[in-house]
Amino acid sequence: MEVFLQQLINGITLGSIYGLIAIGYTMVFGIIGMVNFAHGDVFMVSAFIALIAFLILTSWLGITSIALALFIVLIVAMLFTSLVNWVIERLAYRPLRGSFRLAPLISAIGMSIFLSNFVQVAQGPRNKSTPPMVQGEFVIFTQNDYAVTLSFKQLIIWGVTAVLLACFWYLVAKTRLGRAQRACEQDQKMAALVGVDVDRTISMTFVIAAALAAVAGTMYLMYYGVVSFSDGFVPGVKAFTAAVLGGIGSLPGAVIGGLLIGLIETMWSAYFSIDYKDVAAFSVLAITLIFLPQGLFGRPDVEKV
Amino acid sequence: MTTPLLSVRGVKTFYGRVMALKGVDLDVSEGEIVTLIGANGAGKSTLMMTVCGNPRAREGSIAFAGRDITHLPTHEIARLKLAQAPEGRRIFSRMTVLENLQMGATTAEPAEFERDLDRVLALFPRLKQRIGQRGGTLSGGEQQMLAIARALMARPRLLLLDEPSLGLAPMIVRQIFDAIRALNKQDGLTVFLVEQNAYHALKLAHRGYVMVNGLITLSGTGSELLERPEIKSAYLEGGRA
Ligand SMILES: Nc1ncnc2c1ncn2[C@@H]1O[C@H](COP(=O)(O)OP(=O)(O)O)[C@@H](O)[C@H]1O
Ligand SMILES: [Mg+2]
Repeated sequence: MEVFLQQLINGITLGSIYGLIAIGYTMVFGIIGMVNFAHGDVFMVSAFIALIAFLILTSWLGITSIALALFIVLIVAMLFTSLVNWVIERLAYRPLRGSFRLAPLISAIGMSIFLSNFVQVAQGPRNKSTPPMVQGEFVIFTQNDYAVTLSFKQLIIWGVTAVLLACFWYLVAKTRLGRAQRACEQDQKMAALVGVDVDRTISMTFVIAAALAAVAGTMYLMYYGVVSFSDGFVPGVKAFTAAVLGGIGSLPGAVIGGLLIGLIETMWSAYFSIDYKDVAAFSVLAITLIFLPQGLFGRPDVEKV
Repeated sequence: MTTPLLSVRGVKTFYGRVMALKGVDLDVSEGEIVTLIGANGAGKSTLMMTVCGNPRAREGSIAFAGRDITHLPTHEIARLKLAQAPEGRRIFSRMTVLENLQMGATTAEPAEFERDLDRVLALFPRLKQRIGQRGGTLSGGEQQMLAIARALMARPRLLLLDEPSLGLAPMIVRQIFDAIRALNKQDGLTVFLVEQNAYHALKLAHRGYVMVNGLITLSGTGSELLERPEIKSAYLEGGRA
């Protein structure tokens, strides 16, 4: 019971990170029908941006308030990662629009390799670590000498994710940009006919996807304290699994899929074998694709015409 | 003589290597209802979409309100207040009726949204009852009303309507044609209407064009065209229902 509760807490934390990344997969797929293979690497790049920003803030500028530093790091990571993804879309995907279907996909794989290699060369092949940013925890209760804890780091991740998801939901559901984005998802030709700049809306989708990935990247860095150039791949595939499990194209599906993958992974580690935790997530991907290809919240394709 | 609001000159449009428009000339002046009739596959919808830049004319020129729009991106053409209710209605089916109307107002002044909304809902009261419903759940007639209402939300100077009567019950068709007539009479709205329902369209329009195989073959006032024997035999027999 106490192990289960602890894993629940850990799983939700991990799942929040996956969910934030999964939204990027699902949004980009929704609007241009492309699986953005580079998205995991964009997440990894954001963690490096966060790392560099954190080091600059604390060692050079001497900011001592961790809360303030974290807040600035988050904003900086979101801004720069958005910029990176905006440039990627302009250079690597937009010129291929209207080309054959696989072209952007291949370009995305190339971009993924480029990003991880670039970071490997620029930052070195070894793990980069930060001094611990946040320490301390609440002990929720103790039973059989096992303390169920909720660390401050986890609490921050829950809080930041909840706030960002609320902002994101508002953006998509209630604003002009969100409406334009949904319109482009459904019918780009019609969206252009009513005056929506479709290319700009697609750009903004990449910007938003990157901003959320940067939140995940910053949280990941704070949680684990290390990041390496190869850290884009596995979280990327897991977040992609989350998006597929939730039903690719569905935003709530991405969040719930992320939480489920996080929970499956931590429960698997606790009750079966930690060595095979990645296998668990990939098995879910395979099983979903075979038995539930439209995912949990996949939209029914039959719409009245 | 004043220059027409829309003028199409020698326009050729291709789908791949197939020429769908073979050199079309056509004018629509301010305040007019102009109709374009022709058989299925003649190229009517292609012309409507070419005016909006998708597909693009490979030859010829299109001017709107004195400005050359032949090479302008589609969304910028829309910003010049040229709105279209396209073939097949193209409602945003997973968005509500209200959101569809908000999309229609993309190029309009946000401050005037409420007033414009009241205006189109007064024109199509059925939409008012459906305002929170998803577009995809509306009936065909309601979707057509929504498509027109969405176009009107832009406060267009020119409204392009592509077969608004297609697949609708005669009573709904009458409602829609009455609405078009009222908009033209009261607000001076300029309308370019594509129809297969030639009888009703020619009755409604000031002028008409006939398209055959990507070319304009006849033009004249609505009543002139109604009297032409070749029109009677090709488009009107049995079409009077
Ligand atoms: N997207 C398209 N791709 C290829 N050919 C098309 C396309 N749309 C229309 N056509 C062809 O262009 C011609 C004109 O079609 P269209 O403009 O839809 O005619 P209408 O609206 O008068 O029925 C037809 O021969 C049609 O098959
Ligand atoms: Mg047509």
